Amino acid sequence: MKSEVMTNIIDGSGSEALLKVRDLSLSFFQYTSGLRQTELRIISNMNLEAYSGEVLAVVGSSGSGKSLLAHAILGILPSNSRLSGSMEYKGQSLTQEKKEELRGKEISLIPQSTTYLDPLMRISDQVTGSVEKKDKGLMRERQRDTFQRYNLRPDVGKMLPHELSGGMARRVLVSTALMSSAELIIADEPTPGLDERSLDETLRYFKDMAKKGCAVILITHDIEAALKISDRIAIFYAGTILEEARIEDFTNEGENLRHPYTRALWNALPQNRFQKMEGHQPMQDELNGGCVFFERCSIRTEDCSKDIPQLKRIGEGLVRCNNVS
Amino acid sequence: MKAESKKLAIFTTKKILKLICLMAVVSIASLWLVDQSPIDPVSIYIGAMSITPEQKAILEEYWGVNTPAHEKYLNWLGNVLKGDLGDSLIYRMPVSDVIKERFTASLALMASAWLLSGVLGFVLGIVAGMKNGTWVDKIIKTYCYILLATPTFWLALVMMLVFSVHLGWFPVGLGVPIGVAAEEVTVLDRLKHLILPAIALGLLGVAPIAMFTREKLIEVMSSDYVLFAKARGEKGFGLVLRHGVRNVALPAITLQFLGFSELFGGALLVEQVFSYPGLGRAAVEAGIRSDVPLLLGIVLISTLFVFVGNLIADIIYQFVDPRIRQQEMEA
Ligand SMILES: Nc1ncnc2c1ncn2[C@@H]1O[C@H](COP(=O)(O)OP(=O)(O)OP(=O)(O)O)[C@@H](O)[C@H]1O
Ligand code: SF4
Ligand SMILES: [Mg+2]
Repeated sequence: MKSEVMTNIIDGSGSEALLKVRDLSLSFFQYTSGLRQTELRIISNMNLEAYSGEVLAVVGSSGSGKSLLAHAILGILPSNSRLSGSMEYKGQSLTQEKKEELRGKEISLIPQSTTYLDPLMRISDQVTGSVEKKDKGLMRERQRDTFQRYNLRPDVGKMLPHELSGGMARRVLVSTALMSSAELIIADEPTPGLDERSLDETLRYFKDMAKKGCAVILITHDIEAALKISDRIAIFYAGTILEEARIEDFTNEGENLRHPYTRALWNALPQNRFQKMEGHQPMQDELNGGCVFFERCSIRTEDCSKDIPQLKRIGEGLVRCNNVS
Repeated sequence: MKAESKKLAIFTTKKILKLICLMAVVSIASLWLVDQSPIDPVSIYIGAMSITPEQKAILEEYWGVNTPAHEKYLNWLGNVLKGDLGDSLIYRMPVSDVIKERFTASLALMASAWLLSGVLGFVLGIVAGMKNGTWVDKIIKTYCYILLATPTFWLALVMMLVFSVHLGWFPVGLGVPIGVAAEEVTVLDRLKHLILPAIALGLLGVAPIAMFTREKLIEVMSSDYVLFAKARGEKGFGLVLRHGVRNVALPAITLQFLGFSELFGGALLVEQVFSYPGLGRAAVEAGIRSDVPLLLGIVLISTLFVFVGNLIADIIYQFVDPRIRQQEMEA
C-alpha cells in the first residue's frame, strides 16, 4: 500500500475536492488576570476534503470544536479567535473576502439550534432571507415548495421561532439551506432531540442534497447517524482528525479501519461488540506533543509520545497514526 | 389562551393594589414633611403687612395651622374618596383645576422632551454600537458621559443664557408672553416658550437611552442569529437594520417608559429655571407655602404618572415581547 506525506495528499486523490481544508488550526485569545493573554487552542492541524455528490460526516464529541469548524469555513468566527492553515474552494484559495462573497450563495450553513433564528422575525421572512424586492415573489414560491417537501404547514411561515416545536424547528433550519443554490452545505448537529422517524427523515434530506450534486458536511457527535447516510466519515478527536475512512470500511470487527481510536469507537457501538473504551479525551492543556491518543492506545510504541504522527493517505482513507501501513 | 387571561387577571389585581398602597404612602409622607416644615405659612402670607390678632386667627384657621396632621389627613382622605381634591389655599381655586391647567403644560414639555431623548438617544446608541470601538463610538460615549455628569439646572441655565439672553432666539422663560390676554396667546407663542425647556430636558435624557441601546446592540450583533444572518450573506447596515434595530427597539422603549420618574424630576428643575408654569413650579410653591391640598393633589398625580410609565414598561415586557413569553413557557 502506498503511503505519502501530507503535502502529497491533495495530488494523490482522484477527482478534485470541492472544499479542501489543510492544516487548519484555531485558537482563542483570552485575557486572564493582570492583562496576561493566554492562548486556548481548539483545533490543530485539521485536514478535510469534501466532494460534490458526497456526504462527509465529521464525528466528534461534544465541545470538541465542531461548530467552530463550521464557523471557520463560513468566516463567522468571533474576533478573539485566530485561524491558521489554508482552505481551497473549487481549486481557489478561500480567503475571508471570498467566504463573505460565497456564503449564503454557494456555501450554506444549517445551524445547530433555534437560537440561530431571530426571535422577533417571522419564519417565512427568515427562511427566504434578505432578498431584493424583485426576487421576493420567487423566493416566497420557493419557500412554499420547500415547506411542502418538508411537511411544514403553510401557516408555519407566519409563526415566530418560539412557537415551533423541536422537530419543526429542525426542518425550518434545514429548509433555509435550500433557498439558495448552495453547492456546499454544512449541517451542524442537525439530529439531536429527534425521534427515530424524524431522524431518518432529516438524514434523508441530506442524502437527497448530495444526490443532487451538493457536497454535504454533516457535523455530528452521533456516529450511528453518520453511518446511516455518509459516504465518508472523518473522526475528530482532541482538536484534530485522526482518520477519514470510507463508509464501506465500517464493517464486521472494524478490521478495515486503520486508526485504533476509530476501531475502538466502532466496537463500542451496542450493535457491535459494545466494548467500553477506557480513559477520556485529553483537554488541550493535557497534550504533550505526541500522539493525542497515546494515553488510551493499545498498540502505542515509545516513538508515539515524541512527535505528532503525520497524516498519511492509505488506500482511499487518511489516517494519523505511526503504527499502521 | 386560558393561562394568558389568568396571567392578565393576576397582573391587573397586583398592579391596582400596588397603586393604592403607593398613593397612601406618598401622601402620608408628604403631609408629614410639610408638617415638620419650620416655615409658618401664615407669616409668609402676611409678609410685611400689619394685622390684628383677630385677622391672624382667621388666617390661621384658613391655613389649618392648629389642626393636628392626622386630622388634616383624614379630612382630606374622606373628601378624596368622594372625588373632591379640595381647594388650593394659594391659588384659591379647586385643586383639580390647578392640576388640570398645570399638568397640561408640563405634559407638553415632558412629552416633547421624552420623544427627543428617545429618538436621539436611540439613533446615537445604534450608531455607536455599529461603530463599536471606532472614533465615532468614542465621541458618542464621551458625549454621554459628559451629559450624565451635568446637573439639570446648570444645563438649563446655560441654554437660557446662550439662546435666550445672548442670541435672543427664544423668549426668556415663562409659558406665554407677558402682557398678552390669555385668549390672544397663539399656539406658536406657546411653542416658542416650550422649545428651549424641552430641549434642555430632552438632552439630559439622551445619555441613558443611548448607552443602553449601544450595549444592547453590541450584544445582539454577537448573537447566534446575527451570526447566522451573516452566514447567509447579510451584511453592513442592512444587517443592523433587519436584526439589530428590531431586537433592540423593544427593550429601549421599555427603558424609556421606566424613565418617567427621572423625567418628572428633571421637569421640576427645568420649570424652575425657565419659570415655566407647569406642575413642577406649582409643586415647589405648594411645598414652600404649605398649601397642603394642592401639594397632596400634585403628589397623587405625579405618583400616578410615574406608575403609568412603569406599568407600560411592564406590559411591554410581559405581554408584548415574545422572547419573554417564550422563556415563561419553557419554565
Ligand atoms: N468565543 C470563544 N472564546 C473562547 N472559547 C470559546 C469561544 N467560543 C467557543 N469556545 C470554546 O470552544 C470549544 C468548542 O466549541 P464548539 O461550540 O465548536 O463545540 P462543539 O463541538 O460544536 O460542541 P457541541 O457538541 O456542544 O455543539 C468549547 O469548549 C468552547 O468553550
Ligand atoms: S500514533 Fe501511536 S499512540 Fe497514536 S494511535 Fe497510532 S499507535 Fe496509537
Ligand atoms: Mg456545536
